[in-house]
Amino acid sequence: MSKRLDVLKTYKIYINGQFVRSESGHYLTLTNKSGEQLANICRSTRKDFRQAMVAARGAQGGWSGKTAYNRGQILYRMAEILEGRRAQFIHELSLEGASAKKAEAEVDAAIDRLVYFAGWCDKYQQIFSSVNPVQSAHFNFSTPEPTGVVSIIAEEKSSLIGLVSMIAPVIAGGNTCVVLAGQRNAMSACSFTEVIHSSDVPSGVINVLTGLKSELISHMSSHMDINAIFYTDSDTDSKKLIQENASLNIKRVVFEETDDWMDERHENPYIILDFQEIKTTWHPVSV
Amino acid sequence: MARTKTDQPKLNFDGLWDYDPAPESSDAISIKDQYDLFIGGEFVAPSKEGRYFDTINPSTEERIASVAEATTQDVDIAVKSARKAYDKYWSKLTGKDRAKYIFRIARLIQERAREFAIIESMDGGKPIRESRDVDIPLVAAHFFYNAGWADKLQYAFPGRQPKPLGVAGQIIPWNFPLLMLAWKIAPALAGGNTVVLKPAETTPLTALKFAELIQDADLPPGVVNIVTGAGATGSALVNHPDVNKVAFTGSTNVGRIIQKSLAGTDKKYTLELGGKAANIIFEDAAIDQAVEGIVNGIFFNQGHVCCAGSRLLVQEGVADEVYRKLTDRIETLVVGDPLDKNTDIGAINSKAQLDRISTFIEKGIAEGGEVHQSSCSVPDKGYWCKPTLFKNVSQSHSIVQNEIFGPVLAIQTFRTPAEAVEKANNTPYGLSGGVWTDKGSKIFKITSKLRAGVIWANTFNKFDPTSPFGGYKESGVGREGGLHGLLPYIKL
Repeated sequence: MSKRLDVLKTYKIYINGQFVRSESGHYLTLTNKSGEQLANICRSTRKDFRQAMVAARGAQGGWSGKTAYNRGQILYRMAEILEGRRAQFIHELSLEGASAKKAEAEVDAAIDRLVYFAGWCDKYQQIFSSVNPVQSAHFNFSTPEPTGVVSIIAEEKSSLIGLVSMIAPVIAGGNTCVVLAGQRNAMSACSFTEVIHSSDVPSGVINVLTGLKSELISHMSSHMDINAIFYTDSDTDSKKLIQENASLNIKRVVFEETDDWMDERHENPYIILDFQEIKTTWHPVSV
Repeated sequence: MARTKTDQPKLNFDGLWDYDPAPESSDAISIKDQYDLFIGGEFVAPSKEGRYFDTINPSTEERIASVAEATTQDVDIAVKSARKAYDKYWSKLTGKDRAKYIFRIARLIQERAREFAIIESMDGGKPIRESRDVDIPLVAAHFFYNAGWADKLQYAFPGRQPKPLGVAGQIIPWNFPLLMLAWKIAPALAGGNTVVLKPAETTPLTALKFAELIQDADLPPGVVNIVTGAGATGSALVNHPDVNKVAFTGSTNVGRIIQKSLAGTDKKYTLELGGKAANIIFEDAAIDQAVEGIVNGIFFNQGHVCCAGSRLLVQEGVADEVYRKLTDRIETLVVGDPLDKNTDIGAINSKAQLDRISTFIEKGIAEGGEVHQSSCSVPDKGYWCKPTLFKNVSQSHSIVQNEIFGPVLAIQTFRTPAEAVEKANNTPYGLSGGVWTDKGSKIFKITSKLRAGVIWANTFNKFDPTSPFGGYKESGVGREGGLHGLLPYIKL
C-alpha cells in the first residue's frame, strides 16, 4: 500500500466571516528555521484592509448590541473550540519554531485567556460604572460603551497567545476589529480564524489579515473610520507613525509593551477599559 | 372660550421688560497693573527676550492689565520648578496631607468667591450671574471633591496601587477660565502630580489671582506654576521633554496638533475638544421646559461652550410651536454689560472670536439658511452678538457641521427617532447631546444611541465635580471630573 499523499492547507485571510485570498493575488512564503517552505500566505493590501474595515464597521452595532451575557458565551465558545483543536495548534506552533513544550503551554494559555476575558464580558461595566452624587436634583450615572472599530497590529514575534491577548479584551468590550497577524506566526493566526468562524462570532467582528507590516501599518493607523489602534511594537519609528496618524481623527492609541504575553499581568479589566468610552447621562429627579 | 393653536396669546414686550441697571460693583477687587509669571511659588519676570501683553475687557475694549508672555526658557524654568517640587515635596507628602492642602484651596476660593466672579466677568465677558452662580461655586466644589480622593485612590482603582505620573503640563481655554483651571489642577494634585498651567491669552487674570491664593494656602513652592502666553508658550509646554502628562482643553484642530506632536513620546494625554451637540425635541416633550433647555443649551455663556446645544433637532409635529416659542423667548434675553445682574448674554470673548462668529453667520445666510435674530439693542463699545437662530439648514451646511462657539443655533426637523439619532450622530464630534421627551423608555433608548460623552435628558448644560465629562470621536480623549477623571493623572 502506498503512503498516503498529504492534503496541504491553503492559508487564507478572514474578512467578514469569509476565508478569502488577498484581492491582489500576491503572496508571501513562510519558511521554518532551516529554510524549508511551510506555506504560502496572503500578502494583504490596502484594499483588503478597507474591505475588512467596512465589515468591522458593519458588524459593530450588532456586536455591541448583543447582551453582555451572550458576548461572554461566544468568547467562552471560542475557548471551547480552541481546546478541541489543541493538537492542531500545538503542531502548527511547532512548525513555526516553538518547542513542543512551549507550544503546548502557549495553546493552554491562549485557551485560558479566552476563558478569562469571557468572564469579564458582563462584569467590567459594573466595575467601571458609577452613580454620581451631583449637587442638583438629577440622577446622574456613567457607563462604559465600546469605542468602535479597532485596528490591532500584532507584534512580529507575537504568537497565538499574543494574538488572543490583543483580540479578547477588544471584543469582550463590544468593539469590532481588523487584525494584522504577526508574519512569522501567520499559519497559527490563520488557523485561529477557523476557531473564530466556528464559535458563533458574528461575521465582521474579527477580521484577520496577513502580510507585511511595513505595507499596512500606515493604512491601519490613518483610516478615518477607525476609532482606536492597539499595538505592541516598541520600535520607535512605528510608534511615532501610528501616533501621528492617530491624530488625523483623534483615534485612541493603546500601546501594550511586553516581552511575555503569557504573563498574568495581561489579564486585567483595565485593558478592556482602554477601548471604552465613558458616557454620562443626566436625568432630572422630579414629579 | 377654547383657544385654537393659531389663536394663542402673543407675548408683548413693549416697554414692560426694561430693567434698571444693576451693576455689580468692582470697587472691592484688586488687579495689579502688570503680572509676572508664577514659578516656584514666586511671581517672576519673564526671561530676557520675554515681553508683556495686554488683557482687555471685551465689554469695553479697555485694557485691564498687562501680563507676561512666557518664553520657551520660562516654560523650562517652570517645568524644572514643578519637577523639583514633585521630587522634593509633593511626592513625599502623605495622601492625607495632600488632601488637606487641596481642601484649603477650596475654602480660600469660597472666601474670595465674589472677587473671582467679578474678575472673571471683566476679563472674559461672561454675565456675573453665571460667573457668580455657576463658575466659581463649581471651582470650589471641584477642589473640595478632588481633595478627598488624595488619600483614597486605592479604592478608585480596584486591584491596583495607583501612582502619580509626575509633572503635568496643562493648557486651558478662555470660555470658563477658572473652572477649567480647577478641572485641570484639582485632579492632578489629588493624584500626586505637580503642574505647570497655561491659561488662555485673553483670560489670564483669574489664574494669576489663583496663584496669589496658592501663596496664601502655603502650598510648597513649585507644586503649582502658572505661565501666561499664547500658542508658542503652550507649544513649549507640550513639547517639554520633562513633562509626563499633557492635558488640553480647546479646539479640535489644536488638539490634533498636540496629539501629533506627542507622537513618539511616552507622555500621557487627555484632550477635551470641540463639539456640535444636538438637542433633540420629541413631540411628547414638555415644550415650555424644552424651550428653556434650548435657550440654556445655546445661549449659556454666549454659546462659548464646547458642549453647547448648537444644533436643534425638532420633531415635525411641534416644530412650528417650538420655533414660535423660541423666537418669543429670545426677545426677553438681555444682552449687555457682563457685570449687570440682569444680563443674560454678556460680551463675546474677543474681537477674533466675534469675527469668527460673524463669518459663520454670513456663511449660513449665503448657503441659504433663514436667519432670525433677537431685536435687542447692544452697547456701542465692546464685542456683541445677538441671539441668532437659523432655519432651513441641512446636514451639509457649514453652520450645522462646524463648531461656531457663539450664540448661533441651527434648527433642523426630523420625523422618526431613527432619523433624529442619525442626524445627531452625523458629525465628527461626539461631546454632548440633549433629549427631550416625557417618555422614560424613549429617553433611555435615544440616550444609549447617541455617540457622545455627556447626555442631558430633559435638561442641558449641567455640570458637577462628581460627574465625568469628555468626548467620543473627535471631541477628545479621556474624561475630566468624577472618579473617571482621576485616571488620566494616575499610573496604574
